[in-house]
Amino acid sequence: MSRLAVKFEDLAKAGRKALVAYITAGDPNPEFTVPLMHAMVEAGVDVIELGVPFSDPMADGPVIQRACERALLHKMSLRRTLAMAIEFRKIDQNTPLVIMGYLNPIEAMGYEEFANAAQRAEVDGVLTVDLPPEEAEASTELLKARGIDPIFLLAPNSTPERVRLMTAIGSGYLYYVSLKGVTGAGHLNTVDVSNKVAEIKANSNLPIAVGFGVKDAITAKTVADIADGVVVGSALISKIETNQDDLVRARSQIVELLSAMRQAMDN
Amino acid sequence: MTEKYTMPDSRGHFGPYGGVFVAETLIPPIQELTAAYQKYLNDPDFIAELDNDLAHYVGRPSPLYYAERWTRELGGAQIYLKREDLNHTGSHKINNTVGQALLAKRMGKTRIIAETGAGQHGVATATVAARLGLECVVYMGAVDVARQSLNVYRMKLLGATVVAVESGSKTLKDALNEALRDWVTNVDNTFYIIGTVAGPHPYPAMVRDFQAILGREAKQQCLEQAGRMPNALVACVGGGSNAMGLFYPFIDDPAVKLIGVEAAGDGVATGRHSAPLCAGRPGVLHGNRTYLMADDDGEIIETHSISAGLDYPGVGPEHAWLKDSGRAQYVNITDTEALEGFYALTRMEGIIPALESSHAMAYTMKLAPTMNKDEIIIVNLSGRGDKDMQTMAKREGIEL
Repeated sequence: MSRLAVKFEDLAKAGRKALVAYITAGDPNPEFTVPLMHAMVEAGVDVIELGVPFSDPMADGPVIQRACERALLHKMSLRRTLAMAIEFRKIDQNTPLVIMGYLNPIEAMGYEEFANAAQRAEVDGVLTVDLPPEEAEASTELLKARGIDPIFLLAPNSTPERVRLMTAIGSGYLYYVSLKGVTGAGHLNTVDVSNKVAEIKANSNLPIAVGFGVKDAITAKTVADIADGVVVGSALISKIETNQDDLVRARSQIVELLSAMRQAMDN
Repeated sequence: MTEKYTMPDSRGHFGPYGGVFVAETLIPPIQELTAAYQKYLNDPDFIAELDNDLAHYVGRPSPLYYAERWTRELGGAQIYLKREDLNHTGSHKINNTVGQALLAKRMGKTRIIAETGAGQHGVATATVAARLGLECVVYMGAVDVARQSLNVYRMKLLGATVVAVESGSKTLKDALNEALRDWVTNVDNTFYIIGTVAGPHPYPAMVRDFQAILGREAKQQCLEQAGRMPNALVACVGGGSNAMGLFYPFIDDPAVKLIGVEAAGDGVATGRHSAPLCAGRPGVLHGNRTYLMADDDGEIIETHSISAGLDYPGVGPEHAWLKDSGRAQYVNITDTEALEGFYALTRMEGIIPALESSHAMAYTMKLAPTMNKDEIIIVNLSGRGDKDMQTMAKREGIEL
């Protein structure tokens, strides 16, 4: 059983929901990332999505695009992101770690070499934004053979057939993108999300994490009442962006926000 | 080649290239578009309306012009120019936007978006949107907005909103990123008119099919005017839509050489170029697998070309396939050589070509003298140079 499956099962038993935090590896510099990951776990994060910086993040909004640009200034790459995963695992053996990014860095490395490297780094899941299930057969098999969960996105306009398709080839959890748009945009419509999550649940036995539009304790609590997991990303990265002159403050603001979310979700 | 060419397969693959590599939110609108495209591709009413627009609005057929003086000067093969520069709005881009706009109308979409590099596709899109009374937003890299200000003004006159994209390298690839973001956000009412034979399936095949009119005309005109088939076709390749439109009807004629001309910028060896087929590697960007300009880590490299329309790190997946299969060959022309082509056609034939098309002209100047006088080259004159007057004047130190 993968770390992700164990984590979601333990949380379900305890009647709690997963707090999933996304950060871009190497933003604003490579030294900042691994200590931040540990601090996030201490603040109550259950799953870390570590973003691989990409030059053309088409599905992301301006906040994450700028995070990618900052990281790429330091020559961040998929290989260096995996090196951070190894570094993280030296201290933390329990927190599930998902590598999230775009396909081209994986294409450049080669699917098999990437799967081997991810296994060596004890990565638990891989979410590739621009790799829909129709094109994912080869990489999915390589990952599953190494005990790594391929994680797929679902959107408000995804049909029940597609939910079943993702459930058949994906594992770990399904990431429901709660609104039509890019990361960091818009506001949650609780009724819409609630209805859609119910529809997804009727067609899937995988845990459902909901992202896009989660920015504070209130929205985290709202989503936690509906889904199995709450994903927050752009709201964390905004703290880095606005505190580039004082990264200690950036980290403490991130920890503060995550602690508030954790508390709201558990109450 | 005995078997008829049937690419792409049902999922949009040209061998290992093409496909649908997009975030999940775009899958339903892409499926909707694919269904509509397949339905109307064979719908007599749709085809009749398209043909009527191409004849009376675009001004088709465009002439196939025998460049007699230039041919004599170069002393080799006979050079025929496919005059896409004479189309309404000044380039081949309108063939595709007329087609996609009719599709948008039939699908009930009320809002059109597009990306543009040189502004030719943006103008062609704003034009059809104005005619059909549809809202139009065009994304253009801030660098391109500055160097193609004439086309920006044309788009605004036509009622389009032009968004200057400030992210990344601020050129065509970033405009495409931004257009994809818009589409993901407004999928319900918005039709994305992609201007080249790239993007997720069905775009590469659909844009090719809308552009193939120019190749079919060229074939028929060549047979009528010269009494025989051409020996070689030459076209510039950025994304590759004018080249694909010319090549496609000739793919099953193996005696006809297909030659695509990429932009070498300062020279392929300098790294400052836009020639992924000549000097790139396969990868995935903007919804399809194709040759890309990327580094060893898979990050996209900034490109360079004097022509904004060729300044793109990818290329249509069908070109990638035609390259690998050996059916087409791809060469490259530097900025300096392209300028020679620009001046040659202007002075020799009284036709001012777009800087994009000038790359094809420059390669023709190399190729024609190596061929016999009874052989024929068809060169795609994909656009006119009016939009480049400011760029050219500035190079010559002249203030307009």
